[in-house]
Amino acid sequence: MVEWILALLILLGAFFTLVGSIGLLKLPDFYMRLHGPTKASTLGVGAILIASALHFSRNAEGVSLHEILITLFLFITAPVSAHLMAKAAIHIKVKQVDRTRQPDSK
Amino acid sequence: MAVRRIFPHPLLSFVLWIIWLLLNNTMAMGHVVLGGLLAVIIPWTTSSFWPEKTVLKHPWLLIKYIFVVLYEIMVANIVVTKLILGRSSKLNPGFFHYELQLESPVGIGLLANTISLTPGTVSCDLSEDKRSLLIHSLHIDDVAAIKADIHRKFERPLKDIFVSC
Amino acid sequence: MLDTVIAIAFFLVSVALVLSFIRLVIGPEVADRILALDTLYINSIALLILLGIHLNSALYFEAALLIAVMGFIGTLALSKYLMRGDIME
Repeated sequence: MVEWILALLILLGAFFTLVGSIGLLKLPDFYMRLHGPTKASTLGVGAILIASALHFSRNAEGVSLHEILITLFLFITAPVSAHLMAKAAIHIKVKQVDRTRQPDSK
Repeated sequence: MAVRRIFPHPLLSFVLWIIWLLLNNTMAMGHVVLGGLLAVIIPWTTSSFWPEKTVLKHPWLLIKYIFVVLYEIMVANIVVTKLILGRSSKLNPGFFHYELQLESPVGIGLLANTISLTPGTVSCDLSEDKRSLLIHSLHIDDVAAIKADIHRKFERPLKDIFVSC
Repeated sequence: MLDTVIAIAFFLVSVALVLSFIRLVIGPEVADRILALDTLYINSIALLILLGIHLNSALYFEAALLIAVMGFIGTLALSKYLMRGDIME
């Protein structure tokens, strides 16, 4: 039973990681590419880390929870680095796709 | 106020203690004590870095908020996966301003982080006067609907958590 | 069964690594390359953790944690450099 959950988590994680990178390669401009890795990869790696915690808790004596630490760290840092990259890209005026909607002027 | 002197930031102490135990991946007595010592010393020596006190009025609301965000991340990932694997010429990306009602800096920070983690939106910039966030969205059907969603799901709970302090 | 699943996962994550590497090489703007590096380090964390499960060793955890910390700092420093470099002109 636990093995099935493990297998599902690992496959799901690897799939989302791949989707993040596909987004990175195929989307047309920088701001759109930003969406792939920051979300898909974070959840993908999160799922793999939870699978790892499960696996080591099952095999060794006692629970193994230190993988949670990396998951937590990634979930806190991913939005921060996405925000900074977007800010830097706006600052150096990276090209946008023509159909990009512009913000209403305040 | 003696307790306040020893624990200038009780929540920070608690989090440090938990992180120490997780890092060592053990509940051995020695590490429990050593982690406890560090959890007292570190906030005490660095208390001058954190002049403003953030008061958590409703900790249980924060825990509920974390679960809501986790659920939203799952849903968001499925939506974004569909968008990424679909035809990218059909996507309508765009920027919009989101007018903030939150005032506490921690609240704004948490909201920006949440927005970056969920449905195809990334927060890009905070205006000078801290009144509006510039947000980029992967696919926009209706700007008003996205804004209403953000307000209903994230901003209102955060306003309840960080009551003006 | 777990071995088969891990082998498939290895393959998927390796393809992800190659895709981000292609973006790193072609990426028309500097910002694209920073984003590709960011993705690369996140993917490598996934690969390391998978290796840890496969070899049944907890040793790789520390390496993964270090990559997470260093990758984050690296992304921050590069983005900051992009912003500051322009101001210095």
